[in-house]
Parts: sequence; structure tokens; C-alpha cells
Amino acid sequence: MRHIISILIENEAGALSRVAGLFSARGYNIESLTVAPTEDPSLSRMTILTWGSDEVLEQITKQLNKLVDVVKVVDLSEAAHVERELMLIKVRATGKDREEMKRMADIFRGRIIDVTESTYVIELTGASSKLDSFIAALDAGLILETVRTGVCGIGRGDRILKV
Amino acid sequence: MISGAEIVIRCLQEEKVDYVFGYPGGSVLHIYDALFKQEEVKHILVRHEQAAVHAADAYSRSSQKVGVALVTSGPGVTNTVTGIATAYMDSIPMVVLCGQVPTAYIGQDAFQECDTVGITRPCVKHNFLVKDVKDLAATIKKAFHIASTGRPGPVVVDIPKDITAQVCDFDYPKSVQMRSYNPVVKGHLGQIKKAVQMLQEAKRPIIYTGGGVILSDAAERLTQLARKLNFPVTNTLMGLGGYPATDKQFVGMLGMHGTFEANNAMHYADVILAIGARFDDRVIGNPEHFGEEKRRVIHIDIDPSSISKRVKVDVPIVGNVNDVLDEILKLIDGGFTADPEVADWWKQIDEWRGRNSLAYRQSEHIMPQYVVEKLYEVTGGDAFVTSDVGQHQMFAAQYYKFDKPRRWINSGGLGTMGVGLPYGMGVLLANPGSQVACVTGEGSIQMCIQELSTCKQYELPIKIINLNNGMLGMVRQWQEMFYSKRYSQSYVTSLPDFVKLAESYGHVGMRIEKPEDVEPALRKAFTEYKDRLVFMDFIIDPGANVFPMVAAGKGLTEMILAEDI
Repeated sequence: MRHIISILIENEAGALSRVAGLFSARGYNIESLTVAPTEDPSLSRMTILTWGSDEVLEQITKQLNKLVDVVKVVDLSEAAHVERELMLIKVRATGKDREEMKRMADIFRGRIIDVTESTYVIELTGASSKLDSFIAALDAGLILETVRTGVCGIGRGDRILKV
Repeated sequence: MISGAEIVIRCLQEEKVDYVFGYPGGSVLHIYDALFKQEEVKHILVRHEQAAVHAADAYSRSSQKVGVALVTSGPGVTNTVTGIATAYMDSIPMVVLCGQVPTAYIGQDAFQECDTVGITRPCVKHNFLVKDVKDLAATIKKAFHIASTGRPGPVVVDIPKDITAQVCDFDYPKSVQMRSYNPVVKGHLGQIKKAVQMLQEAKRPIIYTGGGVILSDAAERLTQLARKLNFPVTNTLMGLGGYPATDKQFVGMLGMHGTFEANNAMHYADVILAIGARFDDRVIGNPEHFGEEKRRVIHIDIDPSSISKRVKVDVPIVGNVNDVLDEILKLIDGGFTADPEVADWWKQIDEWRGRNSLAYRQSEHIMPQYVVEKLYEVTGGDAFVTSDVGQHQMFAAQYYKFDKPRRWINSGGLGTMGVGLPYGMGVLLANPGSQVACVTGEGSIQMCIQELSTCKQYELPIKIINLNNGMLGMVRQWQEMFYSKRYSQSYVTSLPDFVKLAESYGHVGMRIEKPEDVEPALRKAFTEYKDRLVFMDFIIDPGANVFPMVAAGKGLTEMILAEDI
């Protein structure tokens, strides 16, 4: 099962390596990991996309809670939530492909944020599956470079992760 | 205003630390200078940093206090890693203070620099790098707090040299508030009631306890509870002494080298009351085989991640073992009625006991089991026994009947050879005047043999029981049984003359080769040479093996017994 774990962690040097080290030492998967300070600069929020059975997920949350710097852990995917990922993708945009690329970006509600004579950089936000679909919809030969942020997510409505 | 170095020492004084185990070096010279100018905190100079950490670890194991070690940067730190990992695996509260190169040099590959926080991160409960002298006292306070609360463990504090030279006001915090660290103490009352209900329904119960009972000083409560329930009790290797081994309800240690009755009782129990134990691979054998029997499990542990990690638990109770046992005792204060079928269960257990699975073959040579039995007699069962890792460790665990907690000091989780002698040092400093025996082998003892020198300097009269079979016994046993007797690298040739070795360090050496000399030698060591370190080199039967044995990958009831061989 795919899970999105959200962590509030003290914004201390080495906090990221404690979490990353825990995952590698115990053989848990990390599909993606994002981290940045919150509105309270002493706290960072980390979002980890992982895969595992219910038993493994139970261990992951328990082990994360055991880290002294970790303040709170929640499995976002346990209940209603929204998730987003940002991708920047650089494509070849010459000849007839130039118009086609613009059209594809429009269809997926992407924005072209950098233009040269031969390339576009398209910004696309959405669920990871939408970004996957966009990549699949393009001619692979025209993709020059992609960069994705990894998933971040937040609970819906009253589900709030805060100290 | 005082210097960072003086702050370190003042913090140790505030924490009432009486001994620090350490080794000086460039990055900690300021701290050693501050140490020199006072007398409250005494320093034990070891011969290798690994031993400093092991000694601090055993100081804690045998006293409930936090052990403290002090080492320099770079190699000083890397030498401590085995000791830190050893303490981490057995949840021992310890603070390791490390020197670091000056702040401005960090990351420049300076002389004796290493990434201490990075290297130790996977084997500490937590670690800190102090970047400002104003944070130093609060950080050390936090280190002691984290090490000794919740599930205990080692904490490393990395202190750059310039921080120890800078000055600031000293203000030691009285308490610690951390929003990210608030371990649970009290167990959930609803869960505790459920557990009591389950205990009343049990027809084939067992109380299975581990190191958590020792760490939370719950041996007394456990004994009260077990007596009230009249259920059989088994201890893990780490839990020995948590319940009196000479009591009739005790069925012995369980696991890979557990007794026939303990392993069978554990496997066929319908209700397991697990207390401060973690169902590890050396305890339950093959988890699939263990899972074949239907049973219900109550698990009390301070660490939620130990619960349902390897065995599915029906009633989890997160809390301090001593507090939870107290609650259970209160609930059954009015009386406890066990299921009448428990009487039949006891009959079954007595039948298993009848196999006498710790009986061993006789020989014209000294049998190692016999040495431990005699050690038990000579010391009146009241010694602190430290051990290394291998056959001798299992013999000590099986044949020395520990009636009190904190008397059996060994590396259970990590299985670190070489701990025995430095463990003896830590135990003796925490318990001056007590009888301390280090049951070891000629392989393990050589891993920290240099500490014979430390023992001389501080006159630590450890009695070393060297069960010498000229082989790495446990490796040899596995090779004999599972590798068609291909004894690859398990012979130790070119052994030193241990008698002369001990004498050269200023100690007493003895070589014992005949069974009839075992007891007189031990008596002599513990009476005539009471105040001396005595190295007793027992030349034992080289074929002696540890039984019962659950081979790797086998089920708990698929034991190989001595009589099968």
C-alpha cells in the first residue's frame, strides 16, 4: 500500500539524516521525500511517500515517533487529504512540435515558464499520477530534462497537523 | 563566568557523577585540565576507549545510574563505537562526551577530525553537537535526561575544543522540557484491565520477561505478581535475575540455549504475559514455527515500537514496567482465581522438567559447566558475573542461578566479545567490595586484555574465569554441527601463557587442569586473594558444547538436547 507520512520535526542540523538513516537502516522504502521549514521556523515539515504493508507502516510510524527530534507523525493517506507534486519539464520545441507542446501543456493545465528558440520549460502541478500521465503523453524523444519535487500533502478540513 | 571545560565538569557534579571512564587527547585537554582541579568527579584512565565505554555501560547496568565516558575526537570517538552500539542494543543509559576539533576546523579534514554525530547516529538514542558555549550546560542536562528516561540508551555529546575554552555564566537547568520527547510512563488502565481478564482465563499461561524488568527495577514487583498468579516464569538472557532462578516457579532461560521446559512452555502457552522483552530471533526461533500455535499475547513495554514488531500482540500496554506491574497488583489485590486447568499445565511443565535438559556429560577433563556450578557454590550465588560472548557466556547464563537483578552483566543484543573485563571494572567501581567474576574464554578475553593494566592501577580485584579450550568454542560448535567439522579459523594457536601474562601486569595467575582442582582454586581466589585480581586459566574439555540448542531457522521446540548427540 502507498502511504504519505507527514512529520513535524525540530528544525535542527542533521534532522533529515536521522529520518533518512532510519529508513535505510530498517529497510523501509522512500519513494520521495520533501522537507522545508513551516510558518514556525523552529519546525520543519517533512513529507515521505512510502510503500509497505500495514505492519510495516505501523513500525515506520512508531520508529519515527521514537526519534528524539520528531514532534508529530501522521499517516495522511489514512483519511481524507489532498496531495500535490510540482514538476518542471524541459522539452524540445521546434517546428511542428512547438505548437504541439503548447497544446499539451494547455490540456494538462501546465504553464510554460521559460521559452527559447528551441525549448520550453513547462511547470505542472497535480497528483503524481497526473505528472506521470503528462510524461507518458509526450514523445519521449522530445523530453530533455525533468525535475519533480516529490509529493507533499495536507489533511482535508479539520484534520490539522500542528504542535 | 567559567570556561566551557569547567561547565562540563560542573554539569557532571550536578548530575552526581562519581566516576568518568576515559582517555585524554588533544581536543579534550581543556576538559582534562578542569577535571584535574577538582576531586568530586573521579576519572578512570582505561587503556583503550572501547573499554571506557564498556566500563561506563557496566557501571550503569550494575547500579541503575547513568554511566559516563569521556574521549577525544577522531580515533577516540571511533574506538567507542562498539561500546556505544553494545549499550544501545541493550538499552543502557549512558552519556559519552567526545572532544571535537575547533568549530572553525569542522569539515576541513583537520587532524583527528571525524563526523562524530554522523558515525554514531545509528547506534545512539540521540546525539548533539554543541555549537555555542551558552548551550553547553542545557545540552548536557538534556543528554542525561534522554539517556535515563523512557527506553534508556546512550547519548553522545560532541564538544568542539574552542567551546571548552570560551566562557559564559553557568546555569544548570533544574528540569528539561522538550516538545518532541515525552515518554509515556503510566500504562492505559483499560488495557491493564483487559490483561487481568485474559490472565484469569488462561489455562496454559507463561510469564516471559526480559531486560525491561531489570532496567525499570521491577524485579520485586514481578516476583510479587508471579507468586500471586502462581504462573511459570521464564527469563530472556537479558532478563536473568529479574526473577529468582532458585524459585520453583522459574523454568529457566528460554531461547536458542534455553531449557527444554522453558521453550516448550513458551511455545505451547495459550496466554503469554510478555514484560520488557522483545520476542527477538534468539528467543522465539523461527517466527513461522512459533506462529503455528494459537495463543494470546499481553505485552508490557515502554517502547511502543517493540510491541507487535515480530509477534502480533493482542493486549499492548505501553508504559514503565514497574508502574504497570504495580497497577496489575492493585487490580488483583482482592484475590486472583486462576483457571483450574493451570494445575494440569504445571504437571505438564514438571514432566518437561524431568528431561533435565541441563545435564551434561562427564569427562576426565574439566567441564566448563562444572566450573560455573562451582563458582556459584563458592560465591554463595551472590557474585556479580560479567561475561563475554560465546559458549562460556551461555554456560554462565545456564548454570549460575541469578536470584537478584543487575548481577548478570553481559552483551545480549549486540553480542560483543571483549566486554567481560571492562564490564568487571565498571561493576566493581559501582559496587566496591563485592565479588565480581568475569566468565570468559581465551578468545574473548584477548579482545580487551590491555585492561589488566587499568585493573592494576585502580586495584580492581576481578576474578577472571577463563574457560580455555584453545578454540573459538561457539564457532567451533556450529562448524562441528552444521559445517561437517570443517574448523575454519576457529583454532586459536599461539596463545599466551595467561599465568605469566597476569603476573607481568602485577596480578595473580593460576592454571587449573584437573577437575578436582577447580573448587580449591576458586576458593583460594575468593578468600586468600580476595583483594587481588586473579586470572584463573581453566583448561577445559575441548569438545564441550552448549545444549539445549535451537539451530538457526528452527522452531523453539525443535531443540537438540545433549542426550541426542
